Amino acid sequence: MSEPRPYVERVGPYRFLRLMAIGVRTHVLYMSRSPLQLGEAVVTPVVFATLAFYLFRAGGQGDQLLQASVGAGLMGTWSSVLSGSGAAVQNQRWLGTMETLVAAPTPLVLTLLPITVSTALVGSYSMAATLLWGVVLFGVPLTFADPLIFVVALLVCLLALGVVGLLLASTFVFLRNANALANSLTYPIAMLSGMLVPISVLPEWTRPISWVLPTEWGTRAVTTAAGGGEVILPMVMAAVLGAVYVILALLALAHVQDRARRAATLSLV
Amino acid sequence: MRPMLAIEALDLSRVFHVRSGWLRTRRTETIAARGISFEVRSGELFGLLGPNGAGKTTTIKMLNTLLLPTSGTARVLGHDVVRDPMAVRRRIGYVFGGDRGLYDRLTALDNLRYFSELYGVDPREQRSRIAELLELVGLAGREKERVEGYSRGMRQRLHIARGLLNRPSVLFLDEPSIGVDPVAARDLRRTIAELADAGTTVLLTTHYMAEADELCDRIAVIAGGRIRASGTPAELKTRVRSRDVLELEVYGVDDTHVTRLRDLPSVRDIAVEERGQAQLVILQVDQGADPRRDALDVLDGLRVGRIVNREPTLEDAYVAIVEEAARSAAGSVRAPA
Ligand SMILES: Nc1ncnc2c1ncn2[C@@H]1O[C@H](COP(=O)(O)OP(=O)(O)O)[C@@H](O)[C@H]1O
Ligand SMILES: [Mg+2]
Repeated sequence: MSEPRPYVERVGPYRFLRLMAIGVRTHVLYMSRSPLQLGEAVVTPVVFATLAFYLFRAGGQGDQLLQASVGAGLMGTWSSVLSGSGAAVQNQRWLGTMETLVAAPTPLVLTLLPITVSTALVGSYSMAATLLWGVVLFGVPLTFADPLIFVVALLVCLLALGVVGLLLASTFVFLRNANALANSLTYPIAMLSGMLVPISVLPEWTRPISWVLPTEWGTRAVTTAAGGGEVILPMVMAAVLGAVYVILALLALAHVQDRARRAATLSLV
Repeated sequence: MRPMLAIEALDLSRVFHVRSGWLRTRRTETIAARGISFEVRSGELFGLLGPNGAGKTTTIKMLNTLLLPTSGTARVLGHDVVRDPMAVRRRIGYVFGGDRGLYDRLTALDNLRYFSELYGVDPREQRSRIAELLELVGLAGREKERVEGYSRGMRQRLHIARGLLNRPSVLFLDEPSIGVDPVAARDLRRTIAELADAGTTVLLTTHYMAEADELCDRIAVIAGGRIRASGTPAELKTRVRSRDVLELEVYGVDDTHVTRLRDLPSVRDIAVEERGQAQLVILQVDQGADPRRDALDVLDGLRVGRIVNREPTLEDAYVAIVEEAARSAAGSVRAPA
C-alpha cells in the first residue's frame, strides 16, 4: 500500500479569516446554548475567586490580592480552554459531526483552531467574572500597574492558552476518551504555569517543564502586568513558544489524522 | 476529461482491532471487508445491499477517505483515496442515516452556513446555493428553526442538503432511509433518483430490498465482508427464476419450525418476517414443487392464515444470496474440527 500524502491544501488569507470567523461564530453560539456550560461559566469564577482570596490571605500575602485574583481568573480561563477543547472534540464524536468535519476538504487544523479559540473566548469571560467577584465579594482593588499593558498581556496569554489547547485538541482527535485526558491535565498544567501559586514554591526539578509552557510565560506576563515588573520578555517568550506549539500541532494533526483513519477512532463505535 | 469510472475498488480489505478490558487488555479482531472489488461508472446509481454487519459502512468509509484500507486500493474519479484524500474530498458528498451528524442546538441555516464554508463553497455563491438546496429537500421556510425540534425525516433531508453543498460528482449515501417514515422515505427516493438523473454518481447502501430494486442501475450484494453477487436487478432475479415462492401467514412460528421447514426436500431458502401478531413464512421452493402439505404438517397445531403462491422477487433473490453466504461461512467454520 502506498504511503499517504500530507494533507496539503492552499488556503489564502481571505479564506482563512472566513473559516475563523464562521467557525468561531458557530462554536461560540453552540456552547452558549448549552445549559451545562453556562452553569459552569457562572459558578467556576466564584469558586476560583474565593479560593484565591483565602489562600493568599492565609499566606499573609494580603498585598498581592489583585495578582491572586488575576491568577484565579487565568485558572478559570485555562480550565475552560482545556476541558472546553477536550469536550468540544469529544462532542463532535457524540454529535456524529467529527466525520463530516474530517471528510471536508478543509485542513483539519483550520477546523479545530476556531473551536479552541471559541473556548478561549468563552474562557476570557471567566477572567472578567473572577475579577468582578473579587471586587464585589472581597473588595480586591482593581489597581493595575499599567492597564493597557495588562490588556495586551492578557491577549497574548489567551493566544498562548488557545495554542496549547490546539495542540492537545489535535491529539484528542485520535483519543477516544478525549475529555477524560483533558480533565486530568487541567490542574498539573495550571500548577506548572504558576496560575494559582507562584512556580517558585514548586520543586526545583519542575522548573524546565514550566519554561517550555507558553502558558507559564503568558501567566507571568499577565500577573506582572497587574502588579508591576518585567512584562515584555515573558510576552515575547509566550509568543515565540506559541508559534512553536502551532507548528507542533500542525505536525501532530497530519500524523494523528492518518492514525485515526487507520485505527477508526473518528466515530464512537 | 471526465473519467469513465467514478469509483474503482480493488481488493479492499479492512481489519478492526478492538481492545477491551483495562488491566488485562484483550484484543479482538474483526475482518469487516475481505477483498471487495467493484466499479461504478460515471452517472450510475449503484447499490450496495446487505444485512447488518455485512461491511457496507466500512466499504463506504474506505472510499470516502475516513478509513484507511488494511489492504487493496481504491480510486474515486481517478484519485487514489489513500494518497490523495483532499482531491477525493473536494469532489464527493457523504450522507449517513440516523439523526446524528448535525449541530442540533443551531438552526438548519447556521448548520448549512458552517458546512458550506468548510466544504469550500464560494462565498458569493453560498446564499443562493443554500436557498436552492433548502428548496430541493423541502425545508424552505423551516431553516430558521433549531434542528433539535426537527423530525427524523427533516434531519435526514437537512443531511442531504449538507452533503450536496459542494455539488459533489459522487455522492455516498449510507442507509439514508433508516428510521424515516414511509412517506418521507418515498420523497427521499425521489430526490435520489432526481440527483442521479442530473448526472450525479450515487453509491447507496441499504438493507431495504425494495429501495435498491426501485432506484439502482446495478446492485452488489454484500455479506460477511464479501461481494456475493452483482448485476442489474433483473440479472439478480434470474438467480431465482427456477424457483417458486410459497408464503404462509402463521401465528407463533419458532426456530424449530424454521429448521424443519428448511429441511424439507423441495425448500431452497426460507425467510420469516414479522407481521404484527403473525409471522410471514416465505419459502423458496423448486419450480413446480408444491410442499404445501409437508409445510402444513410441520406447522401442525399452529394457526395458519393466508397461503399464497407467487413469482420470485428481487427480495427472494437477495434472501437466497445472503442465506447461501451464511451457509458457506458456517461450513468453513465447522470444516477444520
Ligand atoms: N470502528 C469499528 N471497530 C470495530 N469493529 C467495527 C468497527 N466498525 C465496524 N466494525 C465491525 O465490522 C463489521 C462490519 O460493520 P459495518 O461495515 O458497519 O457493517 P454494515 O454497515 O454493513 O452494517 C461488523 O462486524 C462491525 O461490528
Ligand atoms: Mg452500516
